[in-house]
Amino acid sequence: MKPAAKPAEFAPWLDPNETPLIRFDGVTKRFGDFTAIDDIDLKIYRKEFYALLGPSGCGKTTLMRMLAGFETPTEGTITIGGQDMKGIPPNRREVNMMFQSYALFPHLSVWDNIAFGLKRSKMSKEEIPERVKEMLRLTRLEKFAKRKPHQISGGQRQRVALARSLAKAPKLLLLDEPLGALDAKLRQQTQFELMDIQEKTGTTFVIVTHDQEEAMTVASRVAVMDNGKVIQVDTPARIYETPNSVYVADFIGDVNLITGNATLKDEGLAALSWAEGQPEIIGTAGEGLTAGNATFVIRPEKVAISAERPEGMNNVVQGRIHDIAYLGNISTYHVALPDGTLMKAQAANNRRLSRRSFTWEDEVWLSWTDTAGLVLAG
Amino acid sequence: MNLARRTLIGIPYLWLLLLFLVPFGIIFKISLSDYAVSIPPYTPTLDLSEGWQGIRDFFAALDWENYVFLTEDDLYWRAYLSSLKIALISTFLTLLVGYPIAYGMAKAAPEWRPMLMMLVILPFWTSFLIRVYAWIGILSTEGYLNQLLLWIGIISDPLQIMNTPTAVYIGIVYTYLPFMILPIYATLERMDDSLLEAAEDLGCSRLSAFWIITLPLSRSGIIAGSFLVFIPALGEFVIPSLLGGSSTLMIGKVLWEEFFSNRDWPVASAVAIILLLILVIPIILFQKNQEKNQEADA
Repeated sequence: MKPAAKPAEFAPWLDPNETPLIRFDGVTKRFGDFTAIDDIDLKIYRKEFYALLGPSGCGKTTLMRMLAGFETPTEGTITIGGQDMKGIPPNRREVNMMFQSYALFPHLSVWDNIAFGLKRSKMSKEEIPERVKEMLRLTRLEKFAKRKPHQISGGQRQRVALARSLAKAPKLLLLDEPLGALDAKLRQQTQFELMDIQEKTGTTFVIVTHDQEEAMTVASRVAVMDNGKVIQVDTPARIYETPNSVYVADFIGDVNLITGNATLKDEGLAALSWAEGQPEIIGTAGEGLTAGNATFVIRPEKVAISAERPEGMNNVVQGRIHDIAYLGNISTYHVALPDGTLMKAQAANNRRLSRRSFTWEDEVWLSWTDTAGLVLAG
Repeated sequence: MNLARRTLIGIPYLWLLLLFLVPFGIIFKISLSDYAVSIPPYTPTLDLSEGWQGIRDFFAALDWENYVFLTEDDLYWRAYLSSLKIALISTFLTLLVGYPIAYGMAKAAPEWRPMLMMLVILPFWTSFLIRVYAWIGILSTEGYLNQLLLWIGIISDPLQIMNTPTAVYIGIVYTYLPFMILPIYATLERMDDSLLEAAEDLGCSRLSAFWIITLPLSRSGIIAGSFLVFIPALGEFVIPSLLGGSSTLMIGKVLWEEFFSNRDWPVASAVAIILLLILVIPIILFQKNQEKNQEADA
């Protein structure tokens, strides 16, 4: 058997000839004095799995509800497939939504729930059972078609909600915290199911979540939001590796933050003086960095920990192990630097616990390469 | 089963026995007795001094005569039918008026709801009789309603509303409206708003979402409210006698006349027992239906 050809990388946002499916142009939404969405521009492309990520109250749900038609922008325009959505009610948009509470109709069976939208469409009476069956198969719910929503488990209800919102084959599917009500294990499994279904149906998905791991797992691109603004839009890898601000770096994953004074260097590097008597830290200069106040950000897994001083490295600091968080596969070492700053370093536990190299109060050396961390303005 | 649990279950049963079954037994016994000019105005009465023979004589004297009498005089079954008709129509009218009010309350801003609830309950603070008398002042030929309509110029002669079935309907709908509103409000208030958004999202207009989602989901409130209105309306006495005049025939009035005007306790008791049966049958049917639904669900 021939191995399948590696698919071309899916990145329509890099192709200048692509027209986006959804455009937000200067969209602002105010509720009284409160500005929920503050002058947002966005482009979402066909077949994307687009995640809106942010803390609660950041405006991500409002953004999604505007796409569904439940809220209207105070200013700016939203276009879907080239059509201005102004004044178009939810029931006349080719957009379907999967609700956080699932919003399954309690008095209707699973079958009738899935058929609900089809019965209200132009689809002929003969085609509906066919389509419902297809949806039941896609979500592996064939056995439960006749049950009422309260007679099935939480995971099954989640799949009914998904099947119901996909049944009309919408141009755009909105998912509002779709996995929030599931337990951790089921959530992980369902994330992959979602990706699988998204790929099979070729539908554009926009997902709202406050769970960064979920966004990183499922999304083709992630929009990190805060206070009604979009801070950064990029692929999960780039959001993680090259955050454009301290906020994004801090919001996504675990990070060490060291504040100091930056000076720009050659080859896109920058130096940060951060404590007296300590050598400057060298890191990649972030976008638009200028000399002055700056923050050095580095992920714990990029910090190496060793008993001996490593040779030939620019970034080396000594410290004492203050705390160890044992996470099974990896351990996070909290190392106190001479000035009291705590720095986290992660190492894989490829030895048994009893033969671990370091323990509490050990003097250790932390080191990282010149390009491992970022120096960001602010 | 331990003693504490038995007591706990026993108390409501004892309550029902004392306040429902015992009076029912007494009334049933009187309905099988004969009219007599005495105190109490019926025979036989149980005479325990005669011992076993007394008890046997007592049971021998009971018969179904009064029930047979009810079937012979068409006044009674006409009164039953008329009461059923009035109760059914007024329950329906109460539903028509009450549902929108309950819906409006459930959709109002949460901080307004306790106030609106208060307004619904407020009439109970005044005596029921006074409120019905007030309607006489409104509905009579010289009443406020006719004065208003004459003043506006919609009518040239005063309307005859008092002493017609219309006045009885108005009185019943007004009096029992809170009993319809509250159960419907309770079901509508706990309904998840996202269900309506989901219906709309799947292509429903707001109006059809109401018919397909809201109405079926408030069914239990509608049924409870309808029973709370229908049951007292069927035996209603005060409203038809004060507002309906002599033209309105209702079984409550017949019952009252038998009891107080004719002092025929046995016939009055028979009328009451039949009324109870008329009420018990639909309740049993309703419960059977509920059980069947639950079985179908399982």
